[in-house]
Amino acid sequence: MLRLITSRLATGIPTLLAVSLGVFAIVRCIPGDPARLLAGDFATDQIVEELRGRWHLDDPLPVQYAAYLGGVLHGDLGRSITTSAPVLPELAERFARTLELAVAGIAVSALIGIAAGIASAVRRATVVDYLATALALTGISTPIFWSGLILILLFSVTLEWLPAGGSGTVRHLILPALSLGLFGAGVLARQTRSGLLDVLGQDFVRTARAKGLPERLVIVKHALKNALIPVVTVLGDQFGRLLGGAILTETVFSWPGMGRYLIEALSQRDYPAVQGAILVFAAAVVVVNLLVDLSYGALDPRVRAE
Amino acid sequence: MSTLIRRLMRHGGARFGATVTLVFAIAAVLAPWVAPHDPEAMALGANLRGPSWSHPFGTDSLGRDVLSRTIWGARISLTIGFVSVGLAMLGGVPLGALSAWIGGWTDRLLMRAVDVLVSFPTLLLAIVVITIFGPGLTHAMLAIGVAQVPLYARLTRAAVMRVRVQNFVEAARASGAGEWRIVLRHVLPNCLPPLLVQSTLLFATAILSAAYLGFLGLGAQPPTPEWGTMLAKARDFLRTAPHVSIFPGLTILVTVLGLNLLGDGLRDVLDPQTAG
Repeated sequence: MLRLITSRLATGIPTLLAVSLGVFAIVRCIPGDPARLLAGDFATDQIVEELRGRWHLDDPLPVQYAAYLGGVLHGDLGRSITTSAPVLPELAERFARTLELAVAGIAVSALIGIAAGIASAVRRATVVDYLATALALTGISTPIFWSGLILILLFSVTLEWLPAGGSGTVRHLILPALSLGLFGAGVLARQTRSGLLDVLGQDFVRTARAKGLPERLVIVKHALKNALIPVVTVLGDQFGRLLGGAILTETVFSWPGMGRYLIEALSQRDYPAVQGAILVFAAAVVVVNLLVDLSYGALDPRVRAE
Repeated sequence: MSTLIRRLMRHGGARFGATVTLVFAIAAVLAPWVAPHDPEAMALGANLRGPSWSHPFGTDSLGRDVLSRTIWGARISLTIGFVSVGLAMLGGVPLGALSAWIGGWTDRLLMRAVDVLVSFPTLLLAIVVITIFGPGLTHAMLAIGVAQVPLYARLTRAAVMRVRVQNFVEAARASGAGEWRIVLRHVLPNCLPPLLVQSTLLFATAILSAAYLGFLGLGAQPPTPEWGTMLAKARDFLRTAPHVSIFPGLTILVTVLGLNLLGDGLRDVLDPQTAG
């Protein structure tokens, strides 16, 4: 396991460096003076010059990158053009809210998706299977923001059960989590179904049945454990997608997370904030993938042995 | 070709998917003739009206006919699908094929980069491109195409790896064909089935992504009747005029569902090994 952890970290760290390089390149790719872009349209010449010095913007690109990376490693992501506040503290707070939403979303995805997938595989070619398959495909095809709008229409406007936006209580979390989770549920249901059907056809399942184990035990103890290994990968992959989806859900539900921060910053051409938000988003995706890789090793001894 | 269509038509999901896709394509191509009203004609006295005979999907906040705008939106979505998927193929297919054919360090490095890029949400990659080039429909198509390049590279590489070891490639080499000829004439045509399946599914993803960008204000700009852009405005009237949100959203859902079903069906028929 230790070897797996070191080898995954050995690929994870260069990946994070590549991500920082990519984010660094964004502002340099935008036509115009990077110092002016990072200072904002209304900044005085003095501020622009100050920024130019601080980020070494007159120096060669490798020096600029080193200055940028040094700043990032010291927690300096620059100052927002619109609020003049440092980007990092605000982003940290927003990130916590996005994480809260994404964890709730992935819980919804896992609960609904895996249950539907199991029901579908166990009752193959019955009404249950067709219904679950159709629902899964509908989940995948529904625009994330639209399912949010429909949930608001149903549960906030018509039934008046839950708030249509804002945050703070569990009641505020339910609709955004549902809207975000339904998409992933479809993907997970399909993966669970096909994984379980694959495993159910294998010899060890036949043996378990032949020795007279009750069907429930065959599925829960023998088949499911093997079928869920690829599901964990999909779950991790979905977590990354959920972070992307959160940009939409947060916009629909006025959720004060990182996604909304990114979109607001983008509309105000607040490049230090955009740069910071993209960096945190991308780093989060890389870290989640790293964790998924490691959990894969913990679940499947064959991966550890590689 | 006709055998393929016959086999597809025996597949329940694919039949439904193909029908939906056909209706979508016809609506897109014939939009100027089938749309009952001018999609940009405003009638301020008749705004936010519910569905009626003259306006089956109702009217929006500026009194424009929602059905006509939805039909014109199909035309925009069809363009987005073709342009984005075309761009993604143009970048991804040569990249994947070269990577597989050259092998070694180039291959390992390229595929590592592709793995990382694939793990990022398409929407995030598209937003990065929009950050550089600015919002707008053309940039949105470019952004979605670029975001899908790694997917094609990965898929093409896998397909080339599978095909290159087959006997007919060996036979072509034995008969003196050059490497380029082997790749272009023998290997790539045999990689088409998985690429066709993926293109159908990515067409659906492109439409969804464009709607997402439009909804966030980063894609097509008003008054363009793009589906996501329409919904961004409709959200403000969710309480008083829900129909303005319901119909365009439902149209995206049905179109994407149709393309996904068609893609799944194509995979079952063309590429049974990878079918779920």
